[in-house]
Amino acid sequence: MTDIKETQGLILSNAPHIKTGDSVQKIMWLVVASLVPAAAFGVYTFGLHALVLIAASIISAVAAEALYQALLKKKISVIDGSAVITGLLIGMNVPPTAPAWMVVIGSFFGIIIVKQVFGGLGFNIFNPALGARAFMMASWPVYMTTGWVPFSGSNVLAGGVQNAAGLPQQAFDAITQATPLGALKEGPKILQEMNIGIGQLHDFLFSSSMIKSLFIGNIGGVIGETSALFLLIGGIFLLARRIITWHIPVSFIGTVGILAFAYYSAAGLSCPWMAVLFHLLSGGLMLGAFFMATDMVTSPVSAAGMVIFGVGCGAITFIIRIWGGYPEGVSYSILLMNAATPLIDRFTKPRVFGVK
Amino acid sequence: MFSGFKGGIHPPENKHVAEDKAFTNLPVPQMCYIPLSQHLGAPAKPVVEVGQTVTEGQLIAEAGGFVSANVHSPVPGKVVEIKEINTVNNRQMAVVIEAEGAFSSSAQPRQTDDWEKLAPEEILRRIREAGIVGLGGAAFPAAVKLSPPKDKKIDILIVNGSECEPYLTVDDMLMQTFPKEIIDGTRMLMKVLGVTRAIIGIENNKKKAVQALKKTLASMSIKEDIAVKALRTKYPQGAEKQLIYSLTGKQVPSGGLPMEVGVVVQNVGTIFAAREAVVFSKPLFERYITVSGKMINKPGNYKVRLGTRISDIVEECGGLKGEPAKIVIGGPMCGLSIHSLDIPVVKGTSGILFLSKDEVKTGDFSQCIRCGRCVAACPINLVPCDLGNAVEKNRYDLVEELRPLDCIMCGSCSYSCPSNRPLSHFIKLAQAWVRKQKK
Repeated sequence: MTDIKETQGLILSNAPHIKTGDSVQKIMWLVVASLVPAAAFGVYTFGLHALVLIAASIISAVAAEALYQALLKKKISVIDGSAVITGLLIGMNVPPTAPAWMVVIGSFFGIIIVKQVFGGLGFNIFNPALGARAFMMASWPVYMTTGWVPFSGSNVLAGGVQNAAGLPQQAFDAITQATPLGALKEGPKILQEMNIGIGQLHDFLFSSSMIKSLFIGNIGGVIGETSALFLLIGGIFLLARRIITWHIPVSFIGTVGILAFAYYSAAGLSCPWMAVLFHLLSGGLMLGAFFMATDMVTSPVSAAGMVIFGVGCGAITFIIRIWGGYPEGVSYSILLMNAATPLIDRFTKPRVFGVK
Repeated sequence: MFSGFKGGIHPPENKHVAEDKAFTNLPVPQMCYIPLSQHLGAPAKPVVEVGQTVTEGQLIAEAGGFVSANVHSPVPGKVVEIKEINTVNNRQMAVVIEAEGAFSSSAQPRQTDDWEKLAPEEILRRIREAGIVGLGGAAFPAAVKLSPPKDKKIDILIVNGSECEPYLTVDDMLMQTFPKEIIDGTRMLMKVLGVTRAIIGIENNKKKAVQALKKTLASMSIKEDIAVKALRTKYPQGAEKQLIYSLTGKQVPSGGLPMEVGVVVQNVGTIFAAREAVVFSKPLFERYITVSGKMINKPGNYKVRLGTRISDIVEECGGLKGEPAKIVIGGPMCGLSIHSLDIPVVKGTSGILFLSKDEVKTGDFSQCIRCGRCVAACPINLVPCDLGNAVEKNRYDLVEELRPLDCIMCGSCSYSCPSNRPLSHFIKLAQAWVRKQKK
């Protein structure tokens, strides 16, 4: 006969009695792991200072979170990995020559002002890393928009971008100082002074050599955005592990692609597909669409909401790229859509089963 | 294959623990504890007195209303007490019978009746008399479900063999062991309902059951249109509304019953028991169950008398391997956890799980990170995270528009939450609040 004592430690609770193996902590650390290839590639291309920046931003983000929670006598939750993601993304979102003190201040801002004062993980309205990026853009625009590593000449991989359109050397050197999107935005002005038309600029930027460089990451940009290849590897890993769903990345990237095709077709480009590829692979699109727009806390909860969110991000990104003041619009597009998320959630409540 | 309902989850099946274990009869217990309310609806009223001798299958309590069910003695013996005991979900009156004397029905060759010669009313009467209720777990009186109001036209009988709960294998084993009886019972219920079409829905992880039923069906020459359909293995495929949708594409209206789309659903176990009730005049005093989990020595599928206490079952199943973290009556998604081994098996008990610590959900929950997994998992298309957040913050003013009453309590949201939030528990609280407001 079973002794009744054996049942004294029994757990009583409502159903269900089993749960998924995924925890918040596991999800966060898998996101960190998925960012490692692109971050490592950034360090490989841009050198030790890139590593210093990434390390400084991660350490200061974790320190900021622990400090804030200790001061407010809250449970210290840095082990959940969310502050590590924020720090890592801040480090990946600055130019490779930025000063380390800037990312330290940026990380403190991102963690304390953007995340913790709103209530911490789960309650913040804006993506903390993007909030920090916007803060740094406003505070130190020079550090944030200059200091790119030129992408002409003999770079580390594949021998650099070739002067495919036969631009004069002086023009080629001038427009490869910044990022490819910078070249798209500022190029016409620079080349106009040399009496070179926009057609030749497009021939260069939308050349297969350029696309190849963008795909591998042999270009200028912030530390973590350059290699579409390594970002895709991380993104596909997150999709395969079901950490993220396809809705946001596909609708975000898809919208940019469709708009680019429409815009360049209307502009009379003979092969708009190369322009589409240029827009998809350049700038922060891959980094933003797979790793920042998909931030669970600041994006909608329903599938329909996620698609609307992604389309909104894509549209704003393209509008900023073509007509805005900045060469790149990914981070502002996500921040704007973060603000719209509660509204999207409200209007995309799924139709309840059995309700007409 | 029709892809079926939206949402749902894929928990580890853990069916292997008791799968393919043929039915074993558990010995009759010395003492039987038979609660008077083993079904949905009014409790049955006892018709025996303390000290009275009863025979096996004798009526000991009669239905206390239209939605109620008769209760019979599982053993021959003497009524020793009528008292309040703890059951799976409440504390209620029970008849306690001490076994003694000879077994009348099980020892003798059964007299069989040809149900095809019986009128539908007579079949229904026998089902009602026998106290048959839904054996899938809900325990809704079968005769009530089989007598829909005149204005509701029923055209399909759906036989629920999906058994989507992890661990449970009892329906699987019933279909493998008694395919002929289940098809026969299905035809019998079709006659009661006056329908010409029936679909037996089975999740495609139960290949042997699907095959057994298909093979048997092909070998029988019957005039009725009965189809066996393999469904995608996905929880909660066996939930009534989801099963109807998967098999017919019809959505039961919010707050409505299956009969509103012309469907009656019965579980395979119920059909098997109903057939026995009609053909052998056998009341429902025993049932098949799955005993499983890492902490029981002899997991398997057993035939057991109602009123048998869990402690007796533990003993007959080789005892426990150690202290279980949780004992669950039913499946791990919808079942109830119990605190005592004195609780008896009742009509709605489909399984008993003795779960170890690594099998169950434990620990604290943390804040919602709005990952949306609960939204994707909800087969009813609710937003469980919003409901949970509102309840947690006592903002009951927000819950009604989130439609908690549409929740079918499948637990998919709680299962999928990475923050371990007890979402279905929160929704239960929201339901109670909304119901109170409506009064």
